Parts: sequence; C-alpha cells; structure tokens
Amino acid sequence: MKIEVRLFATLRKGRGKKVYIEEDEGLTPKDIIDQLKIDEKDVSILLVNGRDGKLDTVLKDGDIVSLFPPVGGG
Amino acid sequence: MKRYIKNMNMLTKEENDRLGKFKVCVVGCGGLGGYVIEMLARLGIGYLTVVDADKFDETNLNRQILSNTDTLGKSKSITAQERIKLVNPLVEVEPINKRVTKNNCEDIIKGHDVVVDAVDNIDTKIILQDTCSNIDIPLVHGAIGGWYGQVTTIFPEDKTLDILYVSRDKKGIEKELGNPSFTPGLVASIQVSEVLKVLIKRGKPLKRRVLFIDTFEQEYEVIDV
Repeated sequence: MKIEVRLFATLRKGRGKKVYIEEDEGLTPKDIIDQLKIDEKDVSILLVNGRDGKLDTVLKDGDIVSLFPPVGGG
Repeated sequence: MKRYIKNMNMLTKEENDRLGKFKVCVVGCGGLGGYVIEMLARLGIGYLTVVDADKFDETNLNRQILSNTDTLGKSKSITAQERIKLVNPLVEVEPINKRVTKNNCEDIIKGHDVVVDAVDNIDTKIILQDTCSNIDIPLVHGAIGGWYGQVTTIFPEDKTLDILYVSRDKKGIEKELGNPSFTPGLVASIQVSEVLKVLIKRGKPLKRRVLFIDTFEQEYEVIDV
C-alpha cells in the first residue's frame, strides 16, 4: 500500500513537502514518524485524511497523513 | 462618533455601540499581546484587562510593538495601559502585573466576554484553555514560532489545544527558531478579527479549525480538528 505524507513548517527540512511511503499492511503514523526520523515530540498536529489522527491508527492504501510541529510562542 | 466612522460600514451602528460595553482579557503583553491590545482599543472595545508579569528588555525590541528605547525596564502591562491612554482614552485598561497560574487564572479572567491567549508558553496556554472552559468563556488562541504561526478560537466545549499539544511536555519550535518582527502582527490581526466575530456573533470563527500559517512558503492551511 502507498501512503502520502504531507509535512509542514520545520518538518520539511531535509525531507521535502511530500513523501510517499510504500509498505505492507499494518503501517501506522508512528511507523511513518520513525521512518522519517522525526522525534514524536516534534509532531503537534497529526491528521489522517484531514481529520485528527492517532499515532497507532492502522493506515489504509491511499491514506494521507499530515504532520505539523508544535508552535507555542507569543 | 468620528473616531469610529471607518468601523461603521462593516459593523452596524448597534454593533459599534455595543463594542464599548464588552470586556476582553488579553493575557500576555509581548509580541502578540502588544498588537492585540492596540487593535482592540482602536476598534473601541470598552474594557481591556492586560496581564503580564514581565518588564521589557532588549531582546524584545525586534518584535514587541510596546517595547522601545523609552520603555526598556518598564512593566509590560503598565506600558500597555499608558499606550492605550494615548490611542483611545475611551477604553478603560486594567493592568495586572502577574504571571497566570492554575491558582490565580480564574480570578483574573472571570467576568470577561472573551480571553485572548497571547502568552509565550504551552503550559500557560493550557491553563487558559482549561480555566476558560470551566467558567464558560471563549478563548482566542494564537501562537508564533520562527516563520510560522497558528490561530484557533476555542469555545468552552471544544478543548482544541488538547489536539494541538497532545503531550503536554511539548516544546514549541520558537525555542529553537525565535520570533521575527512580522509574525506577531500577522497572527495578532487574525486573533482580533476572531474576537470581534465572537463578540458580535456574526461571521465564521475558527471553531474547531486551526489556521496554520507558513510565511516561509506563504501557505495558509485551515485544518478541521
């Protein structure tokens, strides 16, 4: 199956805006974050197909995962 | 009143008059807060409570509109009050020279129609959300970091920050990137437009939607959460 990963802001550095991951069944956003060498703490908003997703959601072929870093300044 | 003529065509006369009766609490008088306070006062919001325990220092000069060579070393909240006296003396400003904590938050924000999150750390943002939710006050959240920013409007039932900052020990990207001169005004402007819509109950606030701003690639995403 093929998953599209959309990265935002600082998460693009060295990785680009969009990454495709092809994998057998059972892939989760946690696996994707690990594969892309992103620290879990650097992910704030995690969307699966534009909706709030969880790290352990099992993904399906064609799913789109979006990852945003935490922003907290004022 | 002549002062508000340019507000008049986008607001009704009745809405304009009503603005003078609202109470808004702005927590944080730094990067975001300085601009938010200025814009709320020029709109004619009648009562502003402005909260900050800090004094201006040299590192604020690159972006905090209330900081300048005259206000270095002065209390941020009192500087905000003095500025608004010059801008719009019709607005009553109460400065509170305190850091918001779990223990004092309710006392500071109760009685306001809207609270604005202009603080610079995730812990205090969550305290604001949880207290606003408990005592039924809408919160307009804003945050900045480097080239990036975000805004969302949180009604008491939403708890949107629980999605934005899933694990509460998160460190924002601003700790690494700092904040430039241009994101505070941008994010603050959007926050003020949200405050206005909540007050007049017209327009579509960012309820359970997060506007994520990227000025590096100039991309603006509205995400449903």
